[in-house]
Amino acid sequence: MSGSATVAASPPGAATRPSVAVRARQAWADRACHGLLAALAALVFAVAVLILYETTRGAGPAISALGWGFLTSTSWDPVAERFGALPYLYGTIVSATLALSLALPLGIGTAVFLVELAPRRIGEAVAFLVELLAAIPSIVYGIWGVFVLAPWLRSALEPWLIAHLGFLPLFQGFPFGIGMLNAGIVLAVMVSPTIISLSREILLSLPGSLREAAFAMGATRAEAIAVMLDGARPGLLGAAILGLGRALGETMAVTMVIGNTNRISPSLLAPGATMASVIANEFTEATGKLYLSALTEIALVLFALTIVVNALARLLVRMTMGARRDIAGAA
Amino acid sequence: MPPENFTPLASRGRGLRRRAVNAAAIGACVLAAALILLPLALIVWHLLAKGLPAFGPAFFLHMPKPVGEPGGGMANAIVGTLILVGLGALIAVPVGVGTGVYLAEYGGGRLSAIVRYTADLLAGVPSIVVGVAAYGLVVMPMGRFSAIAGGVALGILMLPTIVRSTEEVVRLVPQSYRHAALALGAPRWRVLQSVVVPAAWSGIVTAIMLAVARAAGETAPLLFTALGNRFWSLALDQPMASLPVFIFDYARAPYDDWNRQAWTGALVLLLLVAVVSALMRLTTRRIAGH
Repeated sequence: MSGSATVAASPPGAATRPSVAVRARQAWADRACHGLLAALAALVFAVAVLILYETTRGAGPAISALGWGFLTSTSWDPVAERFGALPYLYGTIVSATLALSLALPLGIGTAVFLVELAPRRIGEAVAFLVELLAAIPSIVYGIWGVFVLAPWLRSALEPWLIAHLGFLPLFQGFPFGIGMLNAGIVLAVMVSPTIISLSREILLSLPGSLREAAFAMGATRAEAIAVMLDGARPGLLGAAILGLGRALGETMAVTMVIGNTNRISPSLLAPGATMASVIANEFTEATGKLYLSALTEIALVLFALTIVVNALARLLVRMTMGARRDIAGAA
Repeated sequence: MPPENFTPLASRGRGLRRRAVNAAAIGACVLAAALILLPLALIVWHLLAKGLPAFGPAFFLHMPKPVGEPGGGMANAIVGTLILVGLGALIAVPVGVGTGVYLAEYGGGRLSAIVRYTADLLAGVPSIVVGVAAYGLVVMPMGRFSAIAGGVALGILMLPTIVRSTEEVVRLVPQSYRHAALALGAPRWRVLQSVVVPAAWSGIVTAIMLAVARAAGETAPLLFTALGNRFWSLALDQPMASLPVFIFDYARAPYDDWNRQAWTGALVLLLLVAVVSALMRLTTRRIAGH
């Protein structure tokens, strides 16, 4: 029913003021509208609950059959129905940490460049290019990692690392090109837009008087930047953790470049596997109820891990920026 | 009294050091920005260099050929991606826009706080986990992989972006618009329908396109929902090909020709995402100039 129709239907004398009946109907329509929108909002909540319910239900058989040993065992043998997820947990954490240790300094450096150093035009151009980097699909990063980055790592960077830093257990072994290092580099590129845009917003949200006070005290530009970074510290930590959350769940690019072996090796040059990559590789081929359930349990663990990491990141960012700005847009 | 131009040596030395540290720090920041952009340049360069040779009308119009036969395209995968993303949008747009409007207009209560938190949480869920959930929710009951399952997975992934962006743009509609409409005697629902939503519409469209662009490149949630299909199929209850899954399969295959086609597929996918993003930029600019 439309407004003009209801006005036309009311008696001529009451044209300027809708009758009681019309007003009652309008109030009913208002309540219906409110109810409909609230139902849609509740549906969003229901979707999240359904995902949690479905992964938990799917993981049920594996949880009851394997217990805590699932997280501490290293043997993954579907034929013998032995499932230990530790290599995948290890691979996920190592590749994400490696990515973060590469992306964090570069990301914060770029954010400082954008906020404190770059002329407006250049800053805008760089910010746009960083947005583009965020828009590239995961699979495109993967194909680039396999066909471009891997050969370069195999023939150039990894032999160099072995020759010069080979005394560290991190850089021992054979230069495969494919492996933890490749995954870490690709992930670093993928999470840096998140870190940059969030760090940039945090730096912009700090009062400019902080910088001006530093300059007034005779600080150099670098010292003023240090003052700003000090004020932004919890927020930057939040940005780093949000980047970590991204890296933990990233699937396709990692699946293509990490090598997919369930071995735990201290060397970054060795191939490995992550929780996301083992699901991507084996889920469609999983025969047997327990096998499928074990893979679903990995998804559940990954889900829980990202929830905790994201909640922590949001808390830290809120602490710095205050509740007035939300990070949904930047994330 | 010290002579003119007197500066203690110690402080002069420190001044030099401070200047050196300053220059080094600034140089490091510039270098960081350059290093971040290097992969973008390399990726675009390699996509063009390796993807362009097989790029042409045939790639869009032909079906994939069996191994060994040169040529062929990814017509079914391109159409499949459009259908899957369309299905996802069909699910996510009404729910997402409705929820966003609710959060902006009635957003003070407990439900809103919970839903806002849920949307943030959903934004952080790895796409592969959404795929596993969609497998349990749709594929298992149906008994087979299907385009619908893929659409559901993509729809869930689109939701958080649409919800939060819609809320933001609806909030931007000036309060005076609502007051003016209410003062004219319009009921609340009429104000929403005829004033608030139209005023925020271009922003909402931007949010939808952002979500669509992201979903178009998603691979992981499709692997075990829509699966993939080497043949032409438009049936929604059957497995359906999609560009990202095709690229994944072709890149892993041990055939040079398939690898080349994977590069071309990646180029097409990036172009698809870029076109949607460019459309989005145009609409945002229109809002800014509005």
